[in-house]
Amino acid sequence: MSPPAASQRYPSPSQPSGKSEVTDLKSQLRQLAGSRAPGVDDSKRDLFKKVISYMTIGIDVSSVFGEMVMCSATSDIVLKKMCYLYVGNYAKGNPDLSLLTINFLQRDCKDEDPMIRGLALRSLCSLRVPNLVEYLVGPLGSGLKDNNSYVRTIAVTGVLKLYHISASTCIDADFPAMLKSLMLHDSDSQVVANCLSALQEIWSLEASHSEEACREKESLLSKPVIYYFLNRIKEFNEWAQCLILELAVKYVPSDSNDIFDIMNLLEDRLQHANGAVVLATVKVFLQLTLSMTDVHQQVYERIKSPLLTLVSSGSPEQSYAILSHLHLLVVRAPFIFASDYKHFYCQYNEPSYVKKLKLEMLTAVANESNTYEIVTELCEYAANVDIAIARESIRAVGKIALQQYDVNAIVDRLLQFLEMEKDYVTAETLVLVKDLLRKYPQWSHDCISVVGGISSKNVQEPKAKAALIWMLGEYAQDMSDAPYILENLIENWEEEHSAEVRLHLLTAAMKCFFKRPPETQKALGIALAAGIADFHQDVHDRALFYYRVLQYDVHVAERVVSPPKQAVSVFADTQSSEIKDRIFDEFNSLSVIYQKPSYMFTDKEHRGPFEFSDELGNISITPEASSDIVPAQQFEANDKDLLLSTDEKDDHKGISNNNGSAYTAPSYENSSNITSQLQELAISGPATSSTTPQSSFGFDDLFGLGLSTAPAPTSSPPLLKLNPRATLDPGAFQQKWRQLPISLTQECSVNPQGIAALTVPQSLIKHMQSHSIHCIASGGQSPNFKFFFFAQKESEPSNYLTECIINTSSAKAQIKVKADEQSTSQAFTTVFETALSKFGMP
Amino acid sequence: MMISQFFVLSQRGDNIVFRDYRAEVPKGSTETFFRKVKFWKEDGNAEAPPIFNVDGVNYFHVKVVGLYFVATSRVNVSPSLVLELLQRIARVIKDYLGVLNEDSFRKNFVLVYELLDEVIDFGYVQTTSTEVLKSYVFNEPIVIAPARLQPIDPAAIFTQGAKRMPGTAVTKSVVANEPGGRRREEIFVDIIEKISVTFSSSGYILTSEIDGTIQMKSYLSGNPEIRLALNEDLNIGRGGRSVYDYRSSSGSGVILDDCNFHESVRLDSFDSDRTLSLVPPDGEFPVMNYRMTQEFKPPFHVNTLIEEAGRLKAEVIIKIRAEFPSDIIANTITVQMPLPNYTSRASFELEPGAAGQKTDFKETSKMLAWSLKKIVGGAEHTLRAKLTFSQEFHGNITKEAGPVSMTFTIPMYNVSKLQVKYLQIAKKSSSYNPYRWVRYVTQANSYVARI
Repeated sequence: MSPPAASQRYPSPSQPSGKSEVTDLKSQLRQLAGSRAPGVDDSKRDLFKKVISYMTIGIDVSSVFGEMVMCSATSDIVLKKMCYLYVGNYAKGNPDLSLLTINFLQRDCKDEDPMIRGLALRSLCSLRVPNLVEYLVGPLGSGLKDNNSYVRTIAVTGVLKLYHISASTCIDADFPAMLKSLMLHDSDSQVVANCLSALQEIWSLEASHSEEACREKESLLSKPVIYYFLNRIKEFNEWAQCLILELAVKYVPSDSNDIFDIMNLLEDRLQHANGAVVLATVKVFLQLTLSMTDVHQQVYERIKSPLLTLVSSGSPEQSYAILSHLHLLVVRAPFIFASDYKHFYCQYNEPSYVKKLKLEMLTAVANESNTYEIVTELCEYAANVDIAIARESIRAVGKIALQQYDVNAIVDRLLQFLEMEKDYVTAETLVLVKDLLRKYPQWSHDCISVVGGISSKNVQEPKAKAALIWMLGEYAQDMSDAPYILENLIENWEEEHSAEVRLHLLTAAMKCFFKRPPETQKALGIALAAGIADFHQDVHDRALFYYRVLQYDVHVAERVVSPPKQAVSVFADTQSSEIKDRIFDEFNSLSVIYQKPSYMFTDKEHRGPFEFSDELGNISITPEASSDIVPAQQFEANDKDLLLSTDEKDDHKGISNNNGSAYTAPSYENSSNITSQLQELAISGPATSSTTPQSSFGFDDLFGLGLSTAPAPTSSPPLLKLNPRATLDPGAFQQKWRQLPISLTQECSVNPQGIAALTVPQSLIKHMQSHSIHCIASGGQSPNFKFFFFAQKESEPSNYLTECIINTSSAKAQIKVKADEQSTSQAFTTVFETALSKFGMP
Repeated sequence: MMISQFFVLSQRGDNIVFRDYRAEVPKGSTETFFRKVKFWKEDGNAEAPPIFNVDGVNYFHVKVVGLYFVATSRVNVSPSLVLELLQRIARVIKDYLGVLNEDSFRKNFVLVYELLDEVIDFGYVQTTSTEVLKSYVFNEPIVIAPARLQPIDPAAIFTQGAKRMPGTAVTKSVVANEPGGRRREEIFVDIIEKISVTFSSSGYILTSEIDGTIQMKSYLSGNPEIRLALNEDLNIGRGGRSVYDYRSSSGSGVILDDCNFHESVRLDSFDSDRTLSLVPPDGEFPVMNYRMTQEFKPPFHVNTLIEEAGRLKAEVIIKIRAEFPSDIIANTITVQMPLPNYTSRASFELEPGAAGQKTDFKETSKMLAWSLKKIVGGAEHTLRAKLTFSQEFHGNITKEAGPVSMTFTIPMYNVSKLQVKYLQIAKKSSSYNPYRWVRYVTQANSYVARI
């Protein structure tokens, strides 16, 4: 509270700086303490209020502790409450003082008014004084058995507080067991909800050193407990509903009927006005259907509308939280949202953090049918008063251009940006034009003529300047002025502050020199001299290197600096798909807001209930995978590749007609084989050896029959036998693919017969199956085909997962192998490659 | 869902209320938060997002009537849960205090602490129901005089123009007794629609959306059941397909894209006769939120022209026409337009006899601002502005200026045509006839005309 405001309220004209006022209060309280006069409670109230208000401002009023406790011997509940507030604030700092209060709080715990019993118990447990825990056990025990639900509610949380002060006292008093019994039997929903949150916290903390707690923690996720909660979810208030939904997320359903039962139970939660309830429900739906491609997609369709409604109702802050989640879904499955792009248009009065999200969403959903409108809209923002957003919009246009096949119109728009003659617009555009040229060299003619018209004086931002210089070097033969512009820039070497720009200048001068030697020679000389004298290490090194390589052999230098370039087909994603999947798994948490998995921003002890889902809720995680954070770079695969086609798919009317109101099992039970409707991505069901596993080219011939399958710890490739009847359902495959690190990456050639046979991709699947390597998903079209295979050891359920990308034009296959047993992955890869090399052979 | 602390800060960063639930966040979190919000400069954003992390502590905040409602947490909680909770705490406190502002907080901080202790225990949400809290909360609110009501209070939107109900009624506390002794039995149902429209430069509608809320505030004693009947021709959803697929106005009736309901609402007969039944809890709450992209007639037509008028001069003409019936009056209209950034001066010319209009050129932001106290339905108003530039412009002047944006409030008017046909209160006795206020209002959310 601000001092001026405070001084207005009190008769004392001075600032409430402390001492005299406190002494004053102390004597007044003392006078009232023993008084039985009528109206004394009112005077006490006024004094108490003063004490509390001092306390809030930060004035130390701990010296009136004794008087406050004396005065609180009253039946006036308002006074009691203020006293509890005061005591709670000072007890921890003054353990001696709090002994004083124990007595009267304990007495109040037996008061006939349940309000006072509850309040006293809460205050008692909030003292947070370790040496007083012995006084808590009794009142807590009777509080849990109190016939008033308010007292029980408080007692349950009190147990949790006790646990945090002294875990052993809490466990020794057998409180967790009492909570569990209350949780399953109490008639009051808030008591039940508090039991659930207390037990979750206690058991997950205990689980690290107690097997029993581990079991108890898992028992919360048993089918009866989950259904006990889900069946009566409407009896709970909205906050407790969120708690239950968070629990349900971790539940592993037994079969598809189980999944549909839960979804039908929770369907109407999607209509709740509380965004937290809706998001928690959405998470349950998404997680439950992870292994059911069709239904998963149907869930996306179903949740779209409620989420959009939540975005547009509620405060800007709430919209932001919902929009961040929508953003995640849009980026994951852009084709589902492609027709909703207008919802992601920015409004002029939205905060920039919202606009930024929307721009990214617009970029993600752009496809052939809506690009024109989206880009038109983005171009409007480029003239926006908000410069940061204008820049983002231009970048968005560029990103769309890079992800489209038909960029004709977009290039024109970008070039129009350059005509706007705004510094920041020009700067952003130059960077984009450079990237575009790297991907689509065929546009160089149009771009270069416009870029050539830009005066380098108007380009100041290092990134843009570097882009311009790169173009000058790269296209020196097409831009008549290139050597002279470069020369100009080189002459001003001293004034160029950015090392990045100077590095580019060196390289551009070299490139230009190879193309137009007479015109550039002088400038290159100056550049190399300036570069070698440069104080920046990288610039110095590069200049020296160029100088020496030129001295050695000019032709070698040209091959090094200016080799023929291949167009970049895909720019690297800034975030690995593994990280994206982790964030998706942590849906409805801060990970989505920060766009980082939780391990990047929380300390271990505070990860809370979300993280133990990793250890518990999922079936097939090896302990190492969940506890150790595997560096993101190791992962590249993405379960999204399996789940949803990345190509857009317009035709799911059959799904949307269902309107999602009821999730009926039959229509999907038929598809237990998950015969996907997706044309691009044919997923074959759990592979059984229905086709004859002819091992005509079996590795038997290669390795001989009677050899041991155990991996030999020698350097020679161990021998491996695979189970021809291996099975793995797609869900388990996805989960494994996500969790296992890549153990091997290999590139190998595919023989021409094989490439020819790939005109029918099915033939490869059959071929590999004959080698006991089963296909779980495949897709792609010429020249790139992608297959996911799995195989199992014959003797034990140890799995090998493989991603195989075959490029028919280069006749190369890229293989990524993940294995339960890392040590045998090399052996498996050998088997795989051998099998692949025989593909197409008669 | 563990919250470590909850606090309320004033606009100047003063601590108004502070509660620590779990003692796990280091001291000084209020200062850390305020500094971060005040001087936000990250990832190119000008303002702090509602959620950020500093040294492992997550800060969540919502701004309500200029105050920061803040929660901190160390665990990876559900962000919408915390933000929703903060908003709800603000609402509960307003229900109790009648008016929410710094002053009412300071006068009632003991009551506020009392509420906070029951809303959150050890970081876990217990209840945010004004109704439930009534039985745990004993302090009497000290009600601030309505005269000190700040204009930002949402209740204010109904008081201007339409004199149909007492504006102060909505600022009553749910628990405070009125000076006259008995409380007045009354119930307020507000249909608030926020509209967003974007017009292309040729005047055609690019996007339009209505975000509506049926807000209820009940002062009825004894919690009688209420039936709220909406239009019979109300339809919800469009078969899951994108709403933009068939944007024709051919369909009759009101078609909502989607809606959601307060948990007290029962929808037993909603499908058959579009009736919602509920026992309204105390305090203010949204009965139903809805979203609509069905075509509607925008209340204002905006026409803007910007033309060069010499080497260093240009002229702007903005024309707005009210497209609603003449018995409806819009109020607090503002029109804004960014001008080319080399504009050095603007002189304005209003139509002859214009009253209650103000014009301004904000030099630093190069913004043209025109405000009108009210506009009667059917009327048209024009503003002419002569601009002087400090340098010669090149290229297309329309790319340097605009778009024109408007804000307005139109009481007793709703564009969606969604209506409360009747409001039935279960009678306790034949003489029981509480006041029922059903009010409509349309507000601009984002109303933009490109030039």
